[in-house]
Amino acid sequence: MANGAIAARFRLAYPGFALDVDLELPGRGVTALFGPSGSGKTTALRCMAGLARAPDGLLKIGGDVWQDEARGVFVPTHRRALGMVFQDASLFSHLTVKGNLDYGMTRARVTAADAGRDALCEMLDIAALAERWPDTLSGGERQRVAIARALLTRPQLLLMDEPLASLDVARRLDVLPYLERLRDELDIPIIYVSHAPEEVTRIADEAVVLDRGRVVARGAPLDVLPSASRLVEGGRFGVVNALKARVVAVDDAYGVTRLAHPAGEILIAARLTTQREARVVMRATDVALATSEPRDTSVRTILRGRIEKIDTTESALAFVTLTLIGGDRLVSAITRLALDELRLTVGADVFALVKSVALDERGL
Amino acid sequence: MPTSEDFAAIWLTLKLATIVTFLLLLIGAPLAWWLARTRSWLKGPLGAVVALPLVLPPTVLGFYLLLAMGPHGPLGRLTAFLGVAPLPFTFAGLVVASLFYSLPFVVQPIQNAFEAMGDRPLEAAATLRASPMDAFFTVALPLARPGLVTAAILGFAHTVGEFGVVLMIGGAIPDKTRVVSVLIYDQVESMNYERAHWLAGGMLLFSFCVLLALYGRRRTGRYG
Repeated sequence: MANGAIAARFRLAYPGFALDVDLELPGRGVTALFGPSGSGKTTALRCMAGLARAPDGLLKIGGDVWQDEARGVFVPTHRRALGMVFQDASLFSHLTVKGNLDYGMTRARVTAADAGRDALCEMLDIAALAERWPDTLSGGERQRVAIARALLTRPQLLLMDEPLASLDVARRLDVLPYLERLRDELDIPIIYVSHAPEEVTRIADEAVVLDRGRVVARGAPLDVLPSASRLVEGGRFGVVNALKARVVAVDDAYGVTRLAHPAGEILIAARLTTQREARVVMRATDVALATSEPRDTSVRTILRGRIEKIDTTESALAFVTLTLIGGDRLVSAITRLALDELRLTVGADVFALVKSVALDERGL
Repeated sequence: MPTSEDFAAIWLTLKLATIVTFLLLLIGAPLAWWLARTRSWLKGPLGAVVALPLVLPPTVLGFYLLLAMGPHGPLGRLTAFLGVAPLPFTFAGLVVASLFYSLPFVVQPIQNAFEAMGDRPLEAAATLRASPMDAFFTVALPLARPGLVTAAILGFAHTVGEFGVVLMIGGAIPDKTRVVSVLIYDQVESMNYERAHWLAGGMLLFSFCVLLALYGRRRTGRYG
């Protein structure tokens, strides 16, 4: 087993629900447990935390054994070197932000210097909140404090249970960039439970799809989510592409930015003056397909690629995965009707059309 | 005007209520914790036993306590074994009787506070390396503070107001067991209405102030 890698096997049955998972997870990066409510993803996370106990469970992380019921091993939660972020932040209301941050740090016998407290608070933008009380914070601030509180114990493993689910859409977009930065800077594994495909595609390196207590798919988010997104209500809107592109020019007169990508020019309805590179985020439902290069259209972003995979569902929808020139993947959601009328098949060369106004300028 | 006899009774009452409240918080908090979190079948029966003084006539409670403290009862044997004086008609006996009598008034508000906070704060504490005992003292008790304050006020006030059990266990020995409520009864029996008024009126005012403090705090308090 690779350094820090996780082996987890949990079988658990309640009336009307059964969990049966056997997972090997990488020792770093973000692994998302994705699935509809009742799929067992939160229960699996609670088993990892030791907050729930599977009768014949097994959990190994790196060289440590946290649970091996066959040998009578069950390390209680407070002796596991893990951090956990709950959906509702769960800050202690009788302690200030600083008191909350110190709570785990002192118990884990970590000094502020070793934990890099100041840098972490800086990165999560909570340094100015130290003396505040939790009930005076916004939802996004609370969640960032909860993340810092968990990380200050210097855990070997970070568990996040739908950390954005209790926030409204605007706050969610506020917190997402922090999570992306954490992913890039932490070298511990993060298990991220979510039923939002958009979060999974933006944050996770790998997605494990759960349905009714079992693993039904596993792989890179863009590979597994097109077919898995039907499991959650409105899931198709959450399948999100992210492309890295180089900023070429800002057109001040029109307020748009031109970016270079091997598959074609990407036009964004915003001025990106401070960055050289941007991560352009586009929903699969905002990407249209054409078999020939269209001329008379308002769409300004046209990317060339080849169809690699087609996922059809029993509904009206089909997800078409392209390999763009340059190697990036792009998923487009179209109707099955359009799929058949255009006679799209795997291996066909197509043009992907993206409305510039649909592009998320919050990029990076 | 109140006499020195009255002041002795007031002093004794306050002493009794203070000691009982202190002991009940020590006993009540762990008991409430257990009742709030256990999944054992004992939860129902034990909860009912704790609540019994709410519905029993004080004479019933007093009668059985008197038997228990007597030479053939379990408490009586315990005091004999320890070589201390028997409990009936002593201040210590009053304390023991009051512990039973006021128990539900202390346990129930604390239990409600523990139940209202749910498992989540303790789970969060556990993921932050706090042992269950650590989490009890540093998370559960502070979060239950409004319940603890209510419990202390109710336990104190209820002990001050007890009468039947005191009469059964303690009688009316001046400076030892003659608390305010018993002295009022004695005065009324001897037709000393004016002296009874001083004490009865004082009790009325005291009880009103306690309840005002309680409900006033509830209305403005953060956790209700």
